[in-house]
Amino acid sequence: MKGKKINSNTLLLLITIGLFVVMYAVGCVIYSSKGFTHLQTFLNILINNAGLLCIACGMTCVMLTGGIDISVGSLVAMDCMFLAVGMEQWGLNAGLLCVLVLLIGLVFGLVQGFCVGYLEIQPFIVTMAGMFFARGMTAVICTDQVSISQNAFFVGLANMKFEIPFGAYTNSKGVLQVPFVRLPVIIALVVLVLVFLMLRYTKFGRSLYAVGGNEQSATMMGLNVKLTKLKAYMLSSFLCSVGGICFCMNTMSGSVRQALGLEMDAIASAVIGGTLLTGGVGNVIGSFFGVLINGTISTLVKTNGKLLSSWSSIAVAALLCFFIVLQSVFAKMKDSKK
Amino acid sequence: MNKLKKITGMALFLPIFCMVLVMAVNIFYDIASGNFAFNFFTISIRNGVLYGRLIDILNRGSEIAILAVGMTLVVSASAGTDISVGSVMSLAASFCCMLLAGYGVSSTNDLAVPLLVGVLGGILMGCLCGAFNGFLVAYLNVQPMVATLILFSAARAIGLLLCNNLIVYVRNDSFKFFGGYTGFMPTPIIIAAICVIIMMVLLKKTALGLYIQSVGINKKASRIAGLNSAKIIFVCYVVCGLAAGIAGIVGASRISSADSNNIGLNYELDAILAVALGGNSLGGGKFNLAGSIIGAYTIQAITTTLYALGVSSDVAPVYKAIIVLIIVTIQAPPFKAYMKRMSAKRALAKGGAAA
Repeated sequence: MKGKKINSNTLLLLITIGLFVVMYAVGCVIYSSKGFTHLQTFLNILINNAGLLCIACGMTCVMLTGGIDISVGSLVAMDCMFLAVGMEQWGLNAGLLCVLVLLIGLVFGLVQGFCVGYLEIQPFIVTMAGMFFARGMTAVICTDQVSISQNAFFVGLANMKFEIPFGAYTNSKGVLQVPFVRLPVIIALVVLVLVFLMLRYTKFGRSLYAVGGNEQSATMMGLNVKLTKLKAYMLSSFLCSVGGICFCMNTMSGSVRQALGLEMDAIASAVIGGTLLTGGVGNVIGSFFGVLINGTISTLVKTNGKLLSSWSSIAVAALLCFFIVLQSVFAKMKDSKK
Repeated sequence: MNKLKKITGMALFLPIFCMVLVMAVNIFYDIASGNFAFNFFTISIRNGVLYGRLIDILNRGSEIAILAVGMTLVVSASAGTDISVGSVMSLAASFCCMLLAGYGVSSTNDLAVPLLVGVLGGILMGCLCGAFNGFLVAYLNVQPMVATLILFSAARAIGLLLCNNLIVYVRNDSFKFFGGYTGFMPTPIIIAAICVIIMMVLLKKTALGLYIQSVGINKKASRIAGLNSAKIIFVCYVVCGLAAGIAGIVGASRISSADSNNIGLNYELDAILAVALGGNSLGGGKFNLAGSIIGAYTIQAITTTLYALGVSSDVAPVYKAIIVLIIVTIQAPPFKAYMKRMSAKRALAKGGAAA
């Protein structure tokens, strides 16, 4: 029975990886003239979605406990606005602001985690309140669009290029193009590896799985379920703030309507990556591929150029729907075998 | 002491208490700003139509009240909320306006199809969305909020596609009717009243209300008792979609256009808040429709009051989010248990002092 269970879960992950490969291959074939085959296109997907990757890692941890966090998009908007206004209007140090943003994330997560863990309110309601709260607070900080241009340190960080020693090519003008990534990608990959190791080898990581698998047996095993949940939401909001900083380095601005629907992308990435909505099953590697699929869809839509941008959110929603149905079918199969 | 407990224990205590509180704030504000103290309650007739802050609240709150009807059923039957209602509103509005104006037309004075076709089309679109949500929740056992999350993000995008990324204006007097006036009465109030009355009669005269509560309290037991649990949950979601469709038409008619990005924005929070404020548990089971309706108008009163106090529409969600948190915290079982322990301790201390 147990071997069967692992099989169906690895199957979900394999479907995801297969889907990504197929999607990217199709893109390479159709848009090869538009440079889809270059390494840089792939790296651009990483650069554009570095923030999302951090957020998806946090989301995966929360979803492992059987919860969900839909406040992430608004929290990112609040972080970006805070950074932008802090640098441009208050003239504060960029490093200090980043630390403050991370602290805000921790406190935000603490409150949400307390409500979910100790007050036993449905995660969705709590984080929905958090979502509207953060979006409103963004407007409290500033209602205009603020772009970051004066802070030399932050602009320098955002413009840093890390060149990759292989995959260089000469473009049509005869200039050598060396593929590169930016700082957010490095941050995101470090986060990915750390969360992966944490989930696999630490006591906290394992207890996340235990709580999501069966809350009652986790309690009986002597785990502090409430504290684990609280920590999971803190981790999610913290990683979301890290993602917010990455996001800000990409957009270099803050506005009230920024990162609308980002929570959807993060949840979709985790679900597409094989994280079960009921909790207890999942892996950040899957979420990584979920993010890549997400990024590939929007890159395909952008490369086409004629399609409206709403198509990419419809495509992601359709994929999310497909994977949710797939999960439910697997769950039903498992039930009928018992 | 006992009398107080009886009053606070009443089903409609929470919404009415909040309503009174909001009114008190308004009176206080009017006095503080040097106006007539009961400005809030004055109703007059200007330009042949009713005018006044109360009328304004009743008028603007119509959409939330209509949504709250559907949301109450969904919350009761499936112990989850439908967070797609705002987006579905926008989709229904877009579809209706697209039908009326014709695809790709951004502004029109003449209707491309009869008014009824467009309106019914919009409402049908709402039902369709509800059916999609209902299918996922009832038959595939997906968590309600995750299932509705799909349409939460997709419906607005589909609406934009239908409208070819434009804001479609339908400048036709017959279409303006739904958001305008019937005689001296704002039509949305009448539409909301009709929706509420039909639902109340349906719930009172048939066993539907009982079935819904029974499914919400225990799905498995209801199925064993002979109810088709899945079908009842499905119907609840379709009704919720229907309500969102009607609300969408009213919202579009109000501004005689389909603005996909803004119609129904943040309405899901208002609708859920209305249900919670009405004293309904968000954990499903027993429900009180009247409470939800009063809750809906209370929310609108709060919104109107916030605007009157000079809070911008971007900032208003902060206050509403705090109100949601307070209400759900009061309803949370651990909090209730804590309060009970505290009062028991107090009673013990009192008893000890007496002895």
